[in-house]
Amino acid sequence: MGILEELDRHGIEGYLSRYRDKDLLRFLTCGSVDDGKSTLIGRLLHDSQMVYDDHLAAAKRDSAKFGTTGEDLDFALLVDGLEAEREQGITIDVAYRYFTTEKRKFIISDTPGHEQYTRNMATGASNCQLAILMIDARYGVLDQTRRHAFITSLLGIQHIVCAVNKMDLVEWSEDRFEEIRAEFSDFASKLNVKDLHFIPMSALKGENVVHRSESMPWHQGGPLLDYLETVHIASDRNLIDFRMPVQNVLRPNLDFRGFAGPIASGVVRVGDEVVSLPSGKQSKVKTIATFDGELEEAFAPMSVVLTLEDEIDASRGDTFAHVNNTPRLDSRLEAMVVWMSETPMQAGRSYLLKQTASESPVTVNGLRYRTNVNTLRKEDADSLSLNEIGRVELEAMRPLCVEAYQKNRGLGSFILIDRITNQTLACGMVVDRAPVERSLARRQASADAGTNISEQRGSVTTEQRAQKLGQKPFTLWFTGLPRSGKTSTAYALEEALFAKGMQAHVLDGENLRSGLSSDLGFSAEDRWEHQRRAAQVARLQNELGMISMVALVSPISADREQARRIIGEDKFVEIHCDAPIEACEERDDRDLYARARRGEIDGLTGVDAPYEHPQSADLVLDTVGQTIEANVERILAHLVEKGLL
Amino acid sequence: MSSYHLSHLKELEHESIQIIREVVAEFQNPVMLFSIGKDSLCMLRLAQKAFHPAPLPFPLLHVNTTFKFREMIEFRDNLAREIGAELREHINQEGVEMNANPWSLGSQRYTHVMKTEALKQALNEGGYDAAFGGARRDEEKSRAKERIFSFRTKAHGWDPKNQRPELWNVFNSRINKGESIRVFPLSNWTELDVWLYIHYEKIPMVPLYFAKERPIVERDGALIMVDDDRIPLEPGEKPEMRKVRFRTLGCYPLTGAVESDASDVPEILEEMLRTRTSERQGRVIDYDEAGSMEDKKKEGYF
Ligand SMILES: Nc1nc2c(ncn2[C@@H]2O[C@H](COP(=O)(O)OP(=O)(O)O)[C@@H](O)[C@H]2O)c(=O)[nH]1
Repeated sequence: MGILEELDRHGIEGYLSRYRDKDLLRFLTCGSVDDGKSTLIGRLLHDSQMVYDDHLAAAKRDSAKFGTTGEDLDFALLVDGLEAEREQGITIDVAYRYFTTEKRKFIISDTPGHEQYTRNMATGASNCQLAILMIDARYGVLDQTRRHAFITSLLGIQHIVCAVNKMDLVEWSEDRFEEIRAEFSDFASKLNVKDLHFIPMSALKGENVVHRSESMPWHQGGPLLDYLETVHIASDRNLIDFRMPVQNVLRPNLDFRGFAGPIASGVVRVGDEVVSLPSGKQSKVKTIATFDGELEEAFAPMSVVLTLEDEIDASRGDTFAHVNNTPRLDSRLEAMVVWMSETPMQAGRSYLLKQTASESPVTVNGLRYRTNVNTLRKEDADSLSLNEIGRVELEAMRPLCVEAYQKNRGLGSFILIDRITNQTLACGMVVDRAPVERSLARRQASADAGTNISEQRGSVTTEQRAQKLGQKPFTLWFTGLPRSGKTSTAYALEEALFAKGMQAHVLDGENLRSGLSSDLGFSAEDRWEHQRRAAQVARLQNELGMISMVALVSPISADREQARRIIGEDKFVEIHCDAPIEACEERDDRDLYARARRGEIDGLTGVDAPYEHPQSADLVLDTVGQTIEANVERILAHLVEKGLL
Repeated sequence: MSSYHLSHLKELEHESIQIIREVVAEFQNPVMLFSIGKDSLCMLRLAQKAFHPAPLPFPLLHVNTTFKFREMIEFRDNLAREIGAELREHINQEGVEMNANPWSLGSQRYTHVMKTEALKQALNEGGYDAAFGGARRDEEKSRAKERIFSFRTKAHGWDPKNQRPELWNVFNSRINKGESIRVFPLSNWTELDVWLYIHYEKIPMVPLYFAKERPIVERDGALIMVDDDRIPLEPGEKPEMRKVRFRTLGCYPLTGAVESDASDVPEILEEMLRTRTSERQGRVIDYDEAGSMEDKKKEGYF
C-alpha cells in the first residue's frame, strides 16, 4: 500500500500516529563493485514510493549523462552522491538512506564493495541488525562476499539476506541459484549467523525486490521487501544486566546532582540499589529525571538522568550497575580488532581506547592471531595493517568496565585513537576471557592442594609395590593438538611395554571425559580441572607401582607445570606430539576441526582456543613425518637413557 | 519484555540526546547554530531534554544575513528569553558596509558573503571548538555520507575522503588547537520525523510555516514575499495578497513560498505527503547543479 492509500484509509492523524509507532530496522547493504547494490536501493526507494518527484526528475536527467542503462532510468543515480565517486563510478563511503513502508521504518547503511574499504563496512555494520549481501548470479560467491559476510558476523549481525542478483543474466536459472545457495551456506556455517535467507532477484528489472517475480515462479519465498518488513529482529538489546556509563554530571543547583548517560543494557527502577564502578560506592536510585517528568523505570537504549539517595562521588567514565550484577573490571582485555589506518598496529605501542563515555591509554600486549578474512584461518602475525582483523591483547593503565561484545554491545565496543594524529585507527569488539581469570583465581586458591605432599599411613610402600612388578613407576605426559597422534602413540607404547612384561596403562583424555570428568566442559577452567584430575589419577597409578601414560591436549603450559608438580619431577616425562595444525586437520576423521570451524563446537584447541607450545618437553615427536613405530622406539630409547626402564 | 519497547521516534530522540551530551562533555567551547527553522527548533528541544533540569550549557548562534524574515527574528528573541538561553547574533560587518544584498551581488555571492563567510567569522571570533548543526542525512544526496561528528580543518574545510570512521555511539572527539567539529544530532532523522516530533512535542514554530495571506510577488516561477521595502519592485510589479506558507525559512528574497491552506502541522504534512516534492525545491539557492551542496560544504558552509 502506498502513502496515498494509507492517507485515504486512515486520515492524516491516523497516518501520523501509525507512523509514530512504527519500529525501526537498520540494515546494511554490501557487495562487490557492480553487483547492483545502488540499483537495488534505488529500486527499494522508488518502488516503495520514497523518491520525491524532483529527485526522480534529476535522476532521469542524469541518466542520460552518466547512466549505464541507456534509455531506462538508472536507479543507481537516485542514490549515488559524491562527485568523486561519480567520476570513478564506484561508491566510496558509507551512505545512509531512509525509507518507510506501511509496516516499518528503515535506515540503510549503504557500504561499498571496494576492497580497501573494509573499514567503512565495519562502520556501516556497527549500528545494524541485518545485512543484505549482494551476489552477482553470474560470478557467484567471491572472496569479497566471504569477507563481507565475515565482517558482518564479527560486528554481531544476526540476520543475513543473500540477494542473488542479475538473475535475468542467467536466464532465471533455478539451478544456478541453488548452486550459489549451497556454496554460500557451506561457507556461512563457519560463521556465527543465526538467520540466513536467500532471494533470487533482478534489481534492474524490479523482480523480487518490492514486487514478486514473474520470471521466477519456482521461488517460493516472497520478495525482499516482504522479508525486511516481517523479519523478526530478536532484540539485540540486553535487558538483563543494567549498565549505564556516566557521560555528564549535572549540578544546576546545590540540591540537584544528576548522572546523565545512555543505558547500555538492562532496566533500572527507582529504589534499585546501584553501585558506581570502579569506585564501588553504593547507593539507591532516588529519581529518574527527564524533561517530560520523572519516570519509574528506564531501559536500554534510553538516555536518562539518575539521582541517588546518597551523595556519592561518580564522574564521567564511571559505570553504574546493580549491586548484585556488576560487569568485569579489568585492566587487561582481549578483543577482535579491525584495523582502519594506513599506519599498522604494532605490539608494544600505546593508543587511546575510547568506550561510550570514557577514554584511557592502552598498550598492545600482543596479537594472538590475524584472521585471514577469505579463508577464516587464523594466522600468526606480529602486526595488523589497514583492513586486517585480529585478536589483540590490550592492557590499560587502570581497570576498565568491559563486557563481551556478544553479550553487551555498549560495554563491549571501543575505538582506538592515535594519540598524536587523533585519527581513529581501529574498532574493537571485546572477547570474553572471564573463564581464564576465574581459573587463575581458583588455581591460586588451590595452589598447594594439588601437589604431591601426602601423608603415608600404611606400611606398604610404593617402592615395594613397584619392585613386585619389576619396574619403575613414572608418567608419560603426551601433549599436542587434537589429532596430533597422542593416543595412537600412547597405545602403541602401551602394547610395546606390555610385551616386555610391564604394567602400563593409558589414560585417554577423551575417555576420562565420559566418566571421571563427565561434569566438565571445555572452558579454560574446566580444562584445568580435567587435567588436574588426570594428573591425580596418574599419580595414584604411579603409587601403585604402575607406568601411566596420559594422552591429553593440555594446551596451557602453566597447567602442564601443575601436572608435573602433582606427579613429581622425577617421575614426569613430557612428550610433545608435534604436528602442524594443517596435518591434524587433514587426518581428522572425526570432523572435529570442521565442526569447530562451523561453530558447532566451541573452544577447540588450535581453532578458537590457544595451544601453548611446550618449551622444555623431554621429547618432541614428529608425528607426521615419522611412523608410530619409529616414535615408540624413540620413546623407549629415551626411557632407557633416563634410567626409567 | 514487550513493554520495554521504544518507537522509532523515541529511539531517535534518545540517540540524539546522547550525542549532544557527549559534545558538552568533550569540548571546551561548544555552540549551537540556530537558524530558527524547524530543524533548529527540534534540535533545541533535544538539547533542553539532554540537560534538564540544568540550563543549556552552551549559547545559540544565529548568523543573521540581515535579510531574514522579520517574523523569524521576533520569534528568535522571544524564544531565547523564554527558555533562558544565551543568544549570540553575528552579522558580517564587511558585508553590511558594502551593502551586500541578493540583487546587487546575485544570490550566490550574496550567500557566500553574508552566510558562508559570516559563519566562518562567527566561529573564529567565538573560538568555538564544536558547533551543532541541524542538518539531516536525508536532505540531499551528498549529505547521506556525512558523519555525526564531522571533522573540520583550521580553515573550516571538509575533506570527504578523509573522514574518521564512526562506529556505534562511540565518537572520536579529539582535535588539535584551532580545529573543530560540526555535530549533527539530527543525522538520522527524516523530514517527516522532525515534523512529527514538533507535532507530538508541541514545539512552537515560526508562524511563517503556516498558511496565511501574505504580500507576494512572482519571480521566475518562485513566490517571493515582500517582507519590507528593500526589495526592488519591477515597474508595474505589485505585491498581491496570496495564501501561502514556507517549507524552509531563510532570507526572504531567496525563499520561495508555496500556495497552501495548511494551518497546522498535520495539514502541512498531508500536503507534503500528497505533493511529494522535496522541501529544498523552494529554496532558490539550491537550484544549482547537482554536487553544489558538496562544494559549499568543502567551503565550510555546513
Ligand atoms: N604418520 C603418522 N600418523 C600418525 C601418527 N600418530 C597418529 N597418526 C595418525 O593421526 C591420526 C590422529 O591421531 P590420534 O591419535 O587420533 O590423535 P589425538 O587426537 O592427538 O589423540 C590417526 O589417523 C593416526 O593414525 C604418527 O606418529 N605418524
